[in-house]
Amino acid sequence: MAGTAEEASSPGNAPDAETLKRHYTDMLLIRRFEEKAGQLYGMGLIGGFCHLYIGQEAVVVGLQACAEEGDQVVTSYRDHGHMLACGMEPKGVMAELTGREGGYSRGKGGSMHMFSAEKAFYGGHGIVGAQVPIGAGLAFANRYRKNGRVSFTYFGDGAANQGQVYETFNMAALWDLPVVFVIENNQYAMGTAQARSTSTPALYTRGEAFGIPGEEVDGMDVLKVKDAGMRAVEHCRGGQGPYILEVKTYRYRGHSMSDPAKYRTREEVSRMRESRDPIEGLRKLMLELGHLDDAGFKEIDKAVRAQVNDAAQFAQESPEPDASELWTDVYA
Amino acid sequence: MPTMRYAEALNAALREEMARDEAVFVFGEDVGTYGGVFKVTKGLMEEFEGRVLDTPISEQALTAMAVSAAMTGTRPVLEIMYADFMPLTLDALINQASVFSYVWEGQVEMPFVLRTQGGGGVGTGAQHAKSLDGLVAQVPGLKVVAPVTPADAKGLLKAAIRDPGPVIFLEHKLLYNTRGDVPDGDETTEIGRARTVREGTDVSIFATSRMVLEAEKAAEALAAEGVFAEVIDLRTLRPLDLGAVVGSISRTHHAVVVNEGWGFCGYAAELSATVMDHAFDQLDAPVMRVAIPDMPIPYSEPLETQVIPDAGRIAAAARRALA
Repeated sequence: MAGTAEEASSPGNAPDAETLKRHYTDMLLIRRFEEKAGQLYGMGLIGGFCHLYIGQEAVVVGLQACAEEGDQVVTSYRDHGHMLACGMEPKGVMAELTGREGGYSRGKGGSMHMFSAEKAFYGGHGIVGAQVPIGAGLAFANRYRKNGRVSFTYFGDGAANQGQVYETFNMAALWDLPVVFVIENNQYAMGTAQARSTSTPALYTRGEAFGIPGEEVDGMDVLKVKDAGMRAVEHCRGGQGPYILEVKTYRYRGHSMSDPAKYRTREEVSRMRESRDPIEGLRKLMLELGHLDDAGFKEIDKAVRAQVNDAAQFAQESPEPDASELWTDVYA
Repeated sequence: MPTMRYAEALNAALREEMARDEAVFVFGEDVGTYGGVFKVTKGLMEEFEGRVLDTPISEQALTAMAVSAAMTGTRPVLEIMYADFMPLTLDALINQASVFSYVWEGQVEMPFVLRTQGGGGVGTGAQHAKSLDGLVAQVPGLKVVAPVTPADAKGLLKAAIRDPGPVIFLEHKLLYNTRGDVPDGDETTEIGRARTVREGTDVSIFATSRMVLEAEKAAEALAAEGVFAEVIDLRTLRPLDLGAVVGSISRTHHAVVVNEGWGFCGYAAELSATVMDHAFDQLDAPVMRVAIPDMPIPYSEPLETQVIPDAGRIAAAARRALA
C-alpha cells in the first residue's frame, strides 16, 4: 500500500490537468478564506472562537475527491475548510463567523456550529472527540438503510486520546460500519506536542486491537491523501467495515486566535511552510507537467480572491439576527 | 379495555411503533437475546429481524450514535439500563441532542428516545437506585417524560417515538409489575400535558413517576381527616404543563411538590421555584417540598426506607402547608 502512495504525486501518475486544477483551486479557496477570516477576526468582526485550517488544506480536499454525493462529513471545531470542501457556500460560512442572519445557522451557531443537510455536512463540534461516535452513528444509519453511503469522520491527534473514540472503534468494527476515521495529526493538541501527550505515536495503529486497518498518509500532498482515501473508501463501501487514515499534517496558525505560540519555534513553522506547503507543492507539480503557466495560476488566484471578498462583504452587510430568533428552534 | 402490566404496555408500544414505521429500531445493552433486564423488549428481536441490537457496554458512544442516526431520519430507541448510568450519556445529551436544533436553526430533526429507569426501594444501593430527573430536565431542548400508569407508559412511549426531537423517557423499577387499564389501539398520550389523578379543594400535590402512587395514598389518608387533596401527575417533566400547575393552585392555594430525586437543586426545587414565579399571589402558605435528602441512597432496608419519599411524608408536608 505504501508503495502506491509514494508514487501518487510523481508526474507519471498524476491525474489530468482539470482534476489537478480543481484540487488546487479548492485548496486555495480554503487558504484565502481562512486568511480573510483571520483578518475579520483581527478587525473585531468575528467573536469567540475561530480555528483556522491553514496548512491542512490537502487533507480535506484530497479526501473529498474520494467522496460520492450523499457521503457524510463530520469534524471538530476546525471546520471551515471541511464545509468549503463539501461545497457549502463561502458567503454562508463567513456570515456565520460574523454572526449574521445570512449565516448557515443565522448567527446562532458560530464558527464551530454549522450544518448542511444538502451537503451532508454534520458539523462542526466543539467537544474534542465527541464527533467520533456521531460519525459512527451516521455510518450505522447508512448500514441500517443499506444506502451505500460512507461517513468521513475527522478528528485530531488530541481527540485520539478520548475514551469514546475506542468505544466507537469497537462498535464500528463489530458491526462493519462504513466509516473512514480520519485522524488529522497536526502534531499539537492545542499547545501540547504529541510526544508529550501520547504513549504510542503511531495513531494509525490504534485500531489494531479492534481489527481496523490503518495507514499513515502524508497530509501535505493532496494526491497522496486522495490515493489513500480511495483505498479507504473502497474498503468501507465494499462492506468491509471501518478504516483509519492517520494523515500527518501541520497547522501554520495558532490553535485558535488567542494562541500564545510558545510551544513551538517560529523556525519550525517557517520550515514547514517553505518546504512542505501543500498548495505550493501542487503548483510546482502542475508547472512541471506544463498544465498551467504563471498567468493561469494568477487567474485562479484572482477568481478565488473575488469569491472570498464577496463572502467577506456579504458577511459584513448581512444584518444581525432579529431578537425574535432567540426563542426559535429550542425544541426540534 | 385490557389490563396490562407497565412493562407489557411499554413492550406493546415498541412493537406497535416498530410495525408502524421501519425507521424505528431498538438498541442497548441486553435488549435483544436477553429481552431487556426488565423484560421491556422481550420478543422484539425475534419479531423484527435486524432491528433490535444488543450493544457493547459503551453508553457514551452509543448515545452520540443514536443522536446522529436520528439526524438522518431513523428513529432510534436506546435503552440505558439504569438512570444511574445517565452521567455517561450526558455529553451527547447536553452538548449534542439538546443543542443541534437551536444552533443549526431547525434544519435538523432528531427523533431519538432514550429509555431508562431509576428510583429506589429494593436495596439496589448508591449506584443503582437514583432518580436523576433534575439533571436532564434542566436542559432546554430535551423533552423529559415519566409515566406512572401502564396507559401512559404506552401512550407516552408511542408519542416519544413519533416526536421530532430527543425525548428522555424515565421509567421506574418498581412500576414494571404494576397493572392498569390500557386503551386498545393507536392511542398516544400528548407530551407536555399533566393528568389530574384526583380532584381536591384544599391542597395540590404535584408528583412524578412512582411518587404519584404515594401521593394518592397520602390523599386517601388526608381525606379521612377531612382534608381534600388534589393530586396532579405531571407525566411530562419538561416542557412542564404550567397551566395545570397554576390552575390547580388557584383552586387550592396550597402546594406540595414531590419528586424522587435529590431535593437540593433537584426537580422538586425547580418546581417549587416555578410555582413561586407564576403563582405566588395564589399561595396561602409556602410551597412544601418532598424529595430525597442530601445523601447517597443507602443499601440497608430500614435506612433506605427513611430516604425514599412516601405517603406519610407527603401527607405530613400537606398538613404543614395547611397548618
